Amino acid sequence: MATQSLIPFGPQHPVFPEPLQLRLVLEDEKVVEALPALGYVHRGLEKIAQQKDILQDVYLVERVCGICSFIHSVTYCRGVETLMGITVPDRARFLRVVWSEMSRLHSHLLWLGLMADSFGFENLFMQAFRLREKVLDLMEATGGNRVIMSSCCIGGVRRDLTPDLIKMVRTTLDEVERELEPIIITMRDDYTVQQRTVGVGRLTKEEAYELGAVGPVARGCGIQMDFRTTGYEAYGDLNFKPVVFEGGDCYARCKVRLYEMPQSITLMKEALDKLPEGPLAVPVKGNPDGEAISRCEQPRGEVIYYLRANNTRNLERLRIRTPTFANLAPLLKMLPGCQLADVPVIVLAIDPCISCTER
Amino acid sequence: MFGLLKQTLTNLLSSPATRGYPANTRPDFAGARGHLDMDPAICIYCGACSKRCPTKAITVSREPKEWKLEVGRCIVCGHCVEICPKKCMWLDTRHGLANDSVLDARSGDSKRNP
Amino acid sequence: MAVNLPDLTDLTVDTIGDAVAEKRRTGWRFVTMTCVDRGDGLDLMYHFDKEYRLVTLRLKIAHGQAVPSMSGVYFAAAVIENEVKDMFGVPFTNLAIDFGGRFLLTESAPKAPQCREGSGIDMRLKQPAESQPTGGN
Repeated sequence: MATQSLIPFGPQHPVFPEPLQLRLVLEDEKVVEALPALGYVHRGLEKIAQQKDILQDVYLVERVCGICSFIHSVTYCRGVETLMGITVPDRARFLRVVWSEMSRLHSHLLWLGLMADSFGFENLFMQAFRLREKVLDLMEATGGNRVIMSSCCIGGVRRDLTPDLIKMVRTTLDEVERELEPIIITMRDDYTVQQRTVGVGRLTKEEAYELGAVGPVARGCGIQMDFRTTGYEAYGDLNFKPVVFEGGDCYARCKVRLYEMPQSITLMKEALDKLPEGPLAVPVKGNPDGEAISRCEQPRGEVIYYLRANNTRNLERLRIRTPTFANLAPLLKMLPGCQLADVPVIVLAIDPCISCTER
Repeated sequence: MFGLLKQTLTNLLSSPATRGYPANTRPDFAGARGHLDMDPAICIYCGACSKRCPTKAITVSREPKEWKLEVGRCIVCGHCVEICPKKCMWLDTRHGLANDSVLDARSGDSKRNP
Repeated sequence: MAVNLPDLTDLTVDTIGDAVAEKRRTGWRFVTMTCVDRGDGLDLMYHFDKEYRLVTLRLKIAHGQAVPSMSGVYFAAAVIENEVKDMFGVPFTNLAIDFGGRFLLTESAPKAPQCREGSGIDMRLKQPAESQPTGGN
């Protein structure tokens, strides 16, 4: 008769970037049941957003997450611009795309390092983080800080890319592309990586859609879901096709993110080629009134913001649903039936960003 | 199996990837946001920065003329720099420690201009 | 001149279950649920998406009124309903996984903190500025 034991996985675990506790009920080495325990990084940001006015909220919203921070501010600014009827100038739209894709690239490199670390491939972890430093240098030179760039504002962007900076961006992107290639080839073709990820955490296409999976978790199951195809900001002017793979396991999700990295570099270069001249921002006058929903594609999936305003300088309600929150339900479905050693691989394959989830 | 072998051999035979800090420091990028600095000679002590600061890090009083910054609260966003009517503040590139002495400015002391 | 949400439908507590089941049958994906405190009641909004088009079903309820859970139809709703239960104190019935008000908050946290009045953060903000905790010390 198999013995049942209850193991707390987390909140402090070397493979997790952020605290998440999973209470696993095990029979010998197989997971039978998994219950999450959240709340370690809950900061009540939605409530604080009601106390600050709409211009100060940009800085608050960036700090929801330390990895995908720029796209949070883009989504918030788009929501307020819908409420106030503001049209963003063309140069600002393209610059927002450049910085969004830079965010995506550094986020995927971070994920790559952590994923490799989850099954013990520390060499690749170090290489990915070293490469990520080049992207962080770019973010500091163009945006002001390594992660929280504070470049987006309501009505446009706050900073410009001078021709010198653009040249530096292009040179660094070429270097990153060159050094990324052996890493992608190793992660995709290595025998050990495939042994640890193929067939692990399987989800069928219908299950993933029903459970509300978003981002690479959904695209790794064959669902064509990438919000950038709607052409928001300047994505409509760029050649963009979502990266979708069949398979439904951790290997397919890895491949989706591995191929999205060179795609981000290509999109950035294309946006820099097509960058039009013009003003950076339009002035913001008046108060927002009404309700609006804005959605964007973060590195982890689709993020949705709901804003409600009542003609004062403060928002009445700001609701943020981040992609990891949506991917929690598929995670709870994937864990039962797997081995204990597969738990870190499965959790990192959804790319958990718990500070986004709990705000 | 030998995909990363070339990279590993390069790593073995080349110098360390890290620089020998503090002997060897990295020059700051031009636009980096490190810490907030201001010129008390230009400041008119209107208090606009104090009202609009997202973290309430700045305190301004008219009598006596005083402008104080809590460095630990400042998120170096640059909102105050943009809304100051006299443009007396700027963001410097060097990152300061949060427990540096509170930047305290009284009228009469003039600091260097950016 | 207020901006309105496109594709918004108002429903009641009795009709919401059938409407959500109809969405599941016709292939809509459950995106999220939003709860807003109107002052004299709560607004519960269910958002659904199909091929990048978003529709919203709105339910107006009173504070503390019980609402049937959608987690039997969409399992993903269980996660968000637990959060709304913690934050706004809405008692959902027949939850698939019930954390009992402890999903995100601990025992010592204020009750229903995102409701407008009478919760810990609002009480603390009514106090004079000198007694507010300051950071950076």
